[in-house]
Amino acid sequence: MNDFGDALAAAATLVVSGNPELIEIVSLSLKVSFSAVLIASVIGLPLGAALVLFRFPGRLSIVVMLNALMGLPPVVVGLIVYLLLSRAGPLGILGLLFTPYAMIIAQTILVTPIIAALTRQLVEDLWTEYEEQLRSLGAGPFRALPTLLWDGRFSLVTAVLAGFGRASAEVGAVMIVGGNIDHVTRVMTTAIALEVSKGDLALALGLGMILLALSASINAAAFLLRDITRYNKRSRTISPRVTKWKT
Amino acid sequence: MTSGFFRSCLIMTIIASTIPLSSFNSVTASDRFITVASTTSTRNSGLYNHILPIFTKKTGIKVRVVAVGTGQAIKLAQNGDADALFVHHKPSEESFVRAGFGLKRLDVMYNDFILVGPNLDPAKIEGSNRIWTALKNIADANQPFVSRGDDSGTHKKELSLWKISGNNPQKSSGDWYRETGSGMGATLNTASAMSAYALTDRSTWLKFANKGTLKVLVEGDIQLFNPYGIIVVNPALHPHVKWKDAEAFADWLISKSGQMAIAKYKIKGQQAFFPNAQGLKK
Amino acid sequence: MENMNTSILPLALNNVSFQIGEMRLIKDMTCEFNTGPCTTVIGPNGAGKSLLLRLCHGLILPSSGNITWQADEAAVTTAQAMVFQRPIMLRRTVAANVDYALKLRGVPRNKRQDRINSALSQVGLKRLLDTPAHVLSVGEQQKLALARAWALKPEVLFLDEPTASLDPAATHDVEEIIQAIHNEGTRIIMTTHDLGQARRMADEVMFLHRGRLLERAAAKEFFAGPKNDLAQAFLQGELLWWRLGKDNRRLENDD
Repeated sequence: MNDFGDALAAAATLVVSGNPELIEIVSLSLKVSFSAVLIASVIGLPLGAALVLFRFPGRLSIVVMLNALMGLPPVVVGLIVYLLLSRAGPLGILGLLFTPYAMIIAQTILVTPIIAALTRQLVEDLWTEYEEQLRSLGAGPFRALPTLLWDGRFSLVTAVLAGFGRASAEVGAVMIVGGNIDHVTRVMTTAIALEVSKGDLALALGLGMILLALSASINAAAFLLRDITRYNKRSRTISPRVTKWKT
Repeated sequence: MTSGFFRSCLIMTIIASTIPLSSFNSVTASDRFITVASTTSTRNSGLYNHILPIFTKKTGIKVRVVAVGTGQAIKLAQNGDADALFVHHKPSEESFVRAGFGLKRLDVMYNDFILVGPNLDPAKIEGSNRIWTALKNIADANQPFVSRGDDSGTHKKELSLWKISGNNPQKSSGDWYRETGSGMGATLNTASAMSAYALTDRSTWLKFANKGTLKVLVEGDIQLFNPYGIIVVNPALHPHVKWKDAEAFADWLISKSGQMAIAKYKIKGQQAFFPNAQGLKK
Repeated sequence: MENMNTSILPLALNNVSFQIGEMRLIKDMTCEFNTGPCTTVIGPNGAGKSLLLRLCHGLILPSSGNITWQADEAAVTTAQAMVFQRPIMLRRTVAANVDYALKLRGVPRNKRQDRINSALSQVGLKRLLDTPAHVLSVGEQQKLALARAWALKPEVLFLDEPTASLDPAATHDVEEIIQAIHNEGTRIIMTTHDLGQARRMADEVMFLHRGRLLERAAAKEFFAGPKNDLAQAFLQGELLWWRLGKDNRRLENDD
């Protein structure tokens, strides 16, 4: 098997030549996944924190459900969104099927539980630490929620990145609701699936390598950003200090 | 603090919703397009990349192809999620029209199915004139055979051929008969990895890059004829269907220019599809 | 002080009990806190010292009995503050920690900066204004916690073993800060394990044991000779044995 060599060569050729189709596919992938993760974060971060801060009947069932939904198969999400957006379905009138919007909707559904569940876990740990102090200062749940999200921002980056990983890696949902239409809804993962079905394994693997590289650089960028913001603040301290409490 | 937070949430939401609005250039309102539900085999053959630009240049109508198995393609068209259906299983297509989902079925082109298998050919079927004897030999020898198993046109064809051969391979499913439940390419990948026999359409085979030890063993039987037809989805059932543009596409496919375009498409020097529209339109 | 003309004191506890499940941790406590002295609550582990502070501060609610202030709830919340044994720092800069507390109290933006600066200089942390709070040493963190409370200009300040995690030098600094806050007229109610600290700081001592208030006296009288025999044993460092001998029930919840 020299498929790995061929794949590397294919990936390199695609990248070096600046293949316009590759650029189109990559940029659509990023747009769709970024949009989905952004919407999922706007929903999932406050939702996860609210599950910690507000006590109401059924709270535990929602927590259990969110954790279960983290493992939702993309194909199932795709199917549900298809049935909703299909012309024969309840939202068919919107005509969103086989558009990037449908893909964003599917990925948002896929990613929101992940971000919400991880946020709940991270915020719960922080709340255990903060609760007495914040209540002592007179912060009710509505005040505590943004505080916890802001103070947990560095760990919450991980939750958002986990969501992004899920969104950019899944193929089952976008394949069904996007239809893998050339120049319209073809993204990295569906393009890979297509090349596999054509038997062009080297090109498929090459595309996979590009996807991996993209995903790695986005993660690296996020962590770099995090470290830069932390480092800048620390560099202003006058004397170096040892952190005694967990950060 | 709180108001600031919610303000930033709001801003993020607005940004989130404008990114796609501003940048999915292909979804703008001025775009005139139709959606065609078709099969993976035609898409994988590369035919569309060859003929669709010609049609678009002539009419200004873009064609979006959603390539799935024939079964799923028919389902899409039934739900009104496509404007036209372009598949290759005549009995299903005819019942689709009879049930009122489509306007009428037009012959467009054909190619043929072929039986591929490993070089060593343990079932000794190479050169058989009759597909049913070849299949019978494979069954009798219990040699591995990989099936689509996905209710696609090719799968339906394969099952009908087994029936003619007097075998019911699904009884041996999981034994020598393997149903992949996936597309033609994935099935050929499996056959290649297992050194198994498989039924495929010729165009996918010509384009397929991962042949391994597989080669064509049986071809040319009249039973292996593989006709493609186009059906415009019935606008009476789905008023939003762009039936005029879809009809323009169907008309072009069976026109002289469309038929020429199909005939001219070659994979590795071989003609992939043979136009057979009746009553050529000018 | 924010509410100069309307004092929230006296604070009255009337027959207050607090229990978790079957365990009664505060038993029928009745007492009153008026303006003025620095009160130190002492007693062995499990006496209910921290619970008493949390009940007064409103972090937990009594199982029975009632706690009353002389003002409405909003005024009561804004006129008191609490500092905990382990300083709880927001993951922000030193200044932002104080700013956050002021913001919650609705102090307008243009007034906050002055109050942050003065509170931080009073505890000697002005030079660390822009340092992330969680990289400070524990002693500095506790000073910051005091500054954060001080900036609020509370009428009543609860301190739950404020020096228990600190070394002697930091303990000294913190005691001085508490004294300074007290001198500005803030009512101090604090718990401590450190009898020396109680002697140094207290005007008044409350001795708790097993959830009951056994003795309350002026500091001088108490340390000269407590009336209660358990308090005597405690001062002599013998209460632990005494208690263990009686039965083995432990009430650990107040740490």
